[in-house]
Amino acid sequence: MTVGVPATPWFAVRRELAPRQRAVLALIAVLLPLAVWSAVSYVPWIWHPMMMVERGAEDSYLKPGTLVEHGAFVRENQRLVSAGQVPATGVPANPVFLPAPHLVAIALYQAFVTPPRLRGDPWLHQSLWQSIQVIFWGFTLSALVGVPLGVLCGTFAAIARVVEPFVDFIRYMPAPAFGALMVAILGINDAPKIAVIFIGTFFQMVLVVANTTRQLDRALLEAAQTLGARNRQLVTSVILPGIMPNLYSDMRVLLGWAWTYLIVAELIGATSGISYFINRQGKLLNFANVYAGIAIIGMIGLVTDQILSALGRALFPWQNQPVGAVTRWALAIIGFVPRVVLRTVARNRAEYQRSQAELLARHRAAAAPSAPHVERPETPP
Amino acid sequence: MSDVLALPDYTEMDPAVAARFVRLKQRPVVLEVDRVGKTYASAKGPTTALADVSFQVHRREFITVIGASGCGKSTLIRMLAGLEPYTAGSIALDGKPVSGPGPERGMVFQGYTLFPWLTVTRNVMFGLRMAGMGDDEARSQAQQWIELVGLARFADAYPHQLSGGMKQRVAIARALANRPRILLMDEPFGALDAQTRSQMQSYLLQIWENVNITVLFITHDLDEAILLADRIVVLGAPTPGIPHGHLMEIIDVPVPHPRSAEQLLSPRFLATRRRIEELIHGGHAQSTSDKLPMIKMTQAGDEVV
Ligand SMILES: Nc1ncnc2c1ncn2[C@@H]1O[C@H](COP(=O)(O)OP(=O)(O)OP(=O)(O)O)[C@@H](O)[C@H]1O
Ligand SMILES: [Mg+2]
Repeated sequence: MTVGVPATPWFAVRRELAPRQRAVLALIAVLLPLAVWSAVSYVPWIWHPMMMVERGAEDSYLKPGTLVEHGAFVRENQRLVSAGQVPATGVPANPVFLPAPHLVAIALYQAFVTPPRLRGDPWLHQSLWQSIQVIFWGFTLSALVGVPLGVLCGTFAAIARVVEPFVDFIRYMPAPAFGALMVAILGINDAPKIAVIFIGTFFQMVLVVANTTRQLDRALLEAAQTLGARNRQLVTSVILPGIMPNLYSDMRVLLGWAWTYLIVAELIGATSGISYFINRQGKLLNFANVYAGIAIIGMIGLVTDQILSALGRALFPWQNQPVGAVTRWALAIIGFVPRVVLRTVARNRAEYQRSQAELLARHRAAAAPSAPHVERPETPP
Repeated sequence: MSDVLALPDYTEMDPAVAARFVRLKQRPVVLEVDRVGKTYASAKGPTTALADVSFQVHRREFITVIGASGCGKSTLIRMLAGLEPYTAGSIALDGKPVSGPGPERGMVFQGYTLFPWLTVTRNVMFGLRMAGMGDDEARSQAQQWIELVGLARFADAYPHQLSGGMKQRVAIARALANRPRILLMDEPFGALDAQTRSQMQSYLLQIWENVNITVLFITHDLDEAILLADRIVVLGAPTPGIPHGHLMEIIDVPVPHPRSAEQLLSPRFLATRRRIEELIHGGHAQSTSDKLPMIKMTQAGDEVV
């Protein structure tokens, strides 16, 4: 920070914070929920509405290890005392659906290293990979059709008038309702799951993209027209690059929707993927494992979104958004692989072109001397 | 104020200037505007914004259009650019009727309309690329135009990194790169501060002197209109007598070339200025509507005048 520049206030309307402030807030964003969760889990006088029985009592349902409501525990002990028996002891505990953070962490680790109970059942990472594939295909197919259609709707009123009423109609139908239908049509494996994700995102996507397209400043289109751009050029050279940053954030939001549809989609037909894991652990009352499963989805979502956001800033430099140091590092790492690939591709292409040129030259030399047929059109200065 | 000074008649001019006008009017007509009018279909029925406007623009001429707010200046230039259809009369460029936007009529807008995702160079290359020119050729031509407007140092900058004046210079370069037959400018310096504005005026004059270009320039600033123009088209706002924007007069500016800011106080300049003032704010009706229907909202004793 330079001398004389006042520190950025924490609450300034629509102003970016200083890097230090951003880092602090990011840390708080992670630590605050964790702290609350830990407090509720580990501090005995916060919440803890249950009792975990330590030493049981005879002739009673209070057996060691059972979890009972606080009130019921007290009443049962009163009954035992008045009957002249030794009361049970216990410690305050939370209900089974709120496991402590360390239990979830252990469960998370255990879930990955525990081999599947039945041979042929998938490991957790295999289930996860399957989920990711379902999301990927569902969302990619949806984007491949939905984005062009949305752009066309936002560009040409004639197309919007035909497409949008229909899309709007289907949009209100819950995607999971199509599940049974999709199974009947597509079988019980991944196809109907992909279809549900497609249905869940596609119709929203068309409308969202059409709207984003309409928001492009009209003056840019007019300027392009006075510069000689025609219909198709307007779409490819003005509308597409112009809406790209907003389109990109639309896709990020819609990708989140795809994950919410995933859980329902995976219960269709043969239950599979991460939902299978969560569902099964829920039935077995292993709530630590359920939380582990949910946390995995959350983490995948968060990491993907952070990567996409960082990538967005790198892709659209004219947006003038600050790129933090962490982001730059992440990008450098992410960027390394494609760069190697691109460089290789470029080198190969250059070699190919050189060889083609040589070939052509030899060909020309062999043929009778004639005028070269490639000629740049003369443009008057 | 100007009544105090004894000014020459605004139609009088030096023989050299008069001779220049004779030559100018012999040049071929680039733009022919004939009894053009525009009627908008609004919710309250059709409203005529502009009617019966006729004038000609000759090759290499610099025409400014001036008029009070709401007289239809933007409507007129948008019709010339082909961005708005006209509902009466005809507009022809080099004898061919105008029926839509095209690269032979370049335009610089009041708002900033550079493409934010393109660098300065790429913005200037835009029209050339649309016309199918190769990347290298377009780039080298664009560089010349960028140098012409003095922005070589910013060739790789993005629009958000430029000041308002620089953005408009890029917009001018971008329009000029297409070699349009006529350059249409709709209050291009309206959003700039006074100093930048006068600097831009001098840039524009230099460009016009050195480049084969015809300009039609809209402004509501009297000094700007006179300083830049060969001829001034004065439009009138709707009055009780004529309920739509209309052509009032076309003035041959008697101020000799080359132009510079020093001429702002010369008698011929002031005479022209007074004439336009008369036309636009003329004695009738206007002065009564000058007073706002004010309610006193200050405390007694807190008067400022
Ligand atoms: N799309 C439209 N629909 C209906 N009326 C319009 C429309 N555009 C402009 N007008 C009307 O046409 C008249 C002229 O508008 P125009 O924008 O051409 O004025 P202007 O001379 O450019 O004013 P300014 O100096 O304030 O820019 C105004 O009365 C306006 O209300
Ligand atoms: Mg206007």
